[in-house]
Amino acid sequence: MSATVLDKNSLPATKIVEIDSHSINFGPQHPAAHGVLRLILEMDGEVVERADPHIGLLHRGTEKLIEYKTYMQAVPYFDRLDYVSPMCMEHAFALATEKLLGIDVPERAKWIRTMFSEITRILNHLLNITTYALDVGAITPSLWGFEEREKLMEFHEAASGARIHANYFRPGGVAKDLPSGLEERIAEWAETFPKFIDDLEGLLTGNRIWKQRTVDIGIISSEDALAWGFSGPPLRASGVPWDLRRSQPYEMYELLDFDIPVGRNGDCYDRYLMRMGEMRESVKIIKQCLARMKPGPVKIQDRKFTPPTRSEMKTSMEALIHHFKLFTEGYHVPAGATYTTVESPKGEFGVYLVADGTNRPYRCKIRPTGFAFLQAIEKLSKRHMLADAVAIIGSLDVVFGEIDR
Amino acid sequence: MGETLTAVDELQVAVAELPGVLSVTREKGELIIHAACQDVVGLMVALRDDPRCRFEQMMDLCGVDWPARSPRFEVVYNLLSVALNHRVRVIVTTDAVAPVPSVHRVWPAATWWEREAWDLFGIVFSDQPDLRRILTDYGFEGHPLRKDFPLTGYVEVRYDEERKQVVYEPVKLTQDFRNFDFLSPWEAMTSLPGDEKAHEGRKVITP
Repeated sequence: MSATVLDKNSLPATKIVEIDSHSINFGPQHPAAHGVLRLILEMDGEVVERADPHIGLLHRGTEKLIEYKTYMQAVPYFDRLDYVSPMCMEHAFALATEKLLGIDVPERAKWIRTMFSEITRILNHLLNITTYALDVGAITPSLWGFEEREKLMEFHEAASGARIHANYFRPGGVAKDLPSGLEERIAEWAETFPKFIDDLEGLLTGNRIWKQRTVDIGIISSEDALAWGFSGPPLRASGVPWDLRRSQPYEMYELLDFDIPVGRNGDCYDRYLMRMGEMRESVKIIKQCLARMKPGPVKIQDRKFTPPTRSEMKTSMEALIHHFKLFTEGYHVPAGATYTTVESPKGEFGVYLVADGTNRPYRCKIRPTGFAFLQAIEKLSKRHMLADAVAIIGSLDVVFGEIDR
Repeated sequence: MGETLTAVDELQVAVAELPGVLSVTREKGELIIHAACQDVVGLMVALRDDPRCRFEQMMDLCGVDWPARSPRFEVVYNLLSVALNHRVRVIVTTDAVAPVPSVHRVWPAATWWEREAWDLFGIVFSDQPDLRRILTDYGFEGHPLRKDFPLTGYVEVRYDEERKQVVYEPVKLTQDFRNFDFLSPWEAMTSLPGDEKAHEGRKVITP
């Protein structure tokens, strides 16, 4: 600026250029921010000195809203938390409510839930891996992956009626039985999908550029990962063999045969490998679920908790009353509290549900998985280049619907 | 199943001896410690380092508001031991002014959870260097998850085309906020008024 007022003669012979730290406002409208992350980066040249994530730009007050809804009305809010893996979010709430009610869901419902949890896991990992690759410059994986995701969304749609916001896992079972033919379609898809994983792996796992961008980037040790509250693939990438499906099994996971990939280095590349490995295991689980699923009721046959069928309502006065009571007043949950968790695709997703004996939750604390990951961003990206911060965000698999609630 | 139960029993005995523990209870298989607020850091260090506990992870910290109680807030810590595969819930109570000692030196993950509890409930954490709001808007006033904070909030935001800026205005509701009282008197009523004799009759039969 001031150079314009100086005339040529007064210019100094040598120029002293002073580069001091400056701040960059990364996001909230940045495609690599995976939503509405606003990251204040203090830079030393191109090196990140300090990273301060500002979250809450997608805060909708879900926990407060749930306090004003009946238990059944609260379920759709969970779809909107981690909208990349909606059914796993509902799952935690359904399990927590069932625990407080002291009810057990029928076997078929458990198989359906287990199977759709794994379908959701693949949905989530496909989105994460492909957009993560997009962030570091690879476009093809996202083009391929989204096509595959669409097939899975069709399964979601066939089962629940909605591609994303399923509202399918409800306290007491699942909303409705699988339509005829869906099991066969899923079985067919499960045969072809491993080939797709191979192709995707061919694009990325050995790719020189991909490895240059992710290997040894954002390393976190197992001790640090534990102290920072990590769970799921990022924790396993650091070498901690911990998966709630195995260590604190829920639904049908006890009966299933699957492996848990565990990493060694805790860097961005290992976090990617964990997700690739998990997709293969998920296909194995889906096949086992399909093989062991038997016809039967898909929700608890107690009309105090689940609605009667439409045809029953037309003929039975009692069924009509139950239906009316259930969809206006809902059921009353005995007073108590529980912290119930599921292994969502991202890691431990928990619901701390406090009931006071009425038909509405007194307090429903949602423990988002990505919250803990995002908090560690400063630790992970310190002294890395700016472009590596992007790779780190991608590798953590953050979704703001869940973090901001 | 019997084996896991004894593991919880052992843990229950172990944590009962730790400093600051007021009571240890079990609810639906989950272990709950009620602790004294001022001793919480010592207790957390003990829970993390005691070889029988080894809670390396603090998975969650949250507030619960009970306006009728004194002190009104509960601060709930959900801890997880990956090494020994068990969980525990630590509950301390506080009010709107008494600070809770921060546990961010025990688990660095605590910082954001404490910021969240401060933001949503107004629970103060002492020795917490970064007690900024986290989830609500910049410049937000009040603590929205308190039971006396209305669901609709106090202000609404819109973009003003004339002033070319975002403006904050008091909330205007086009229809009254409907908060139905679902607590039907019939739900809990086991005997109808004037029908007490029916129960007297039953009493004779049941024993």
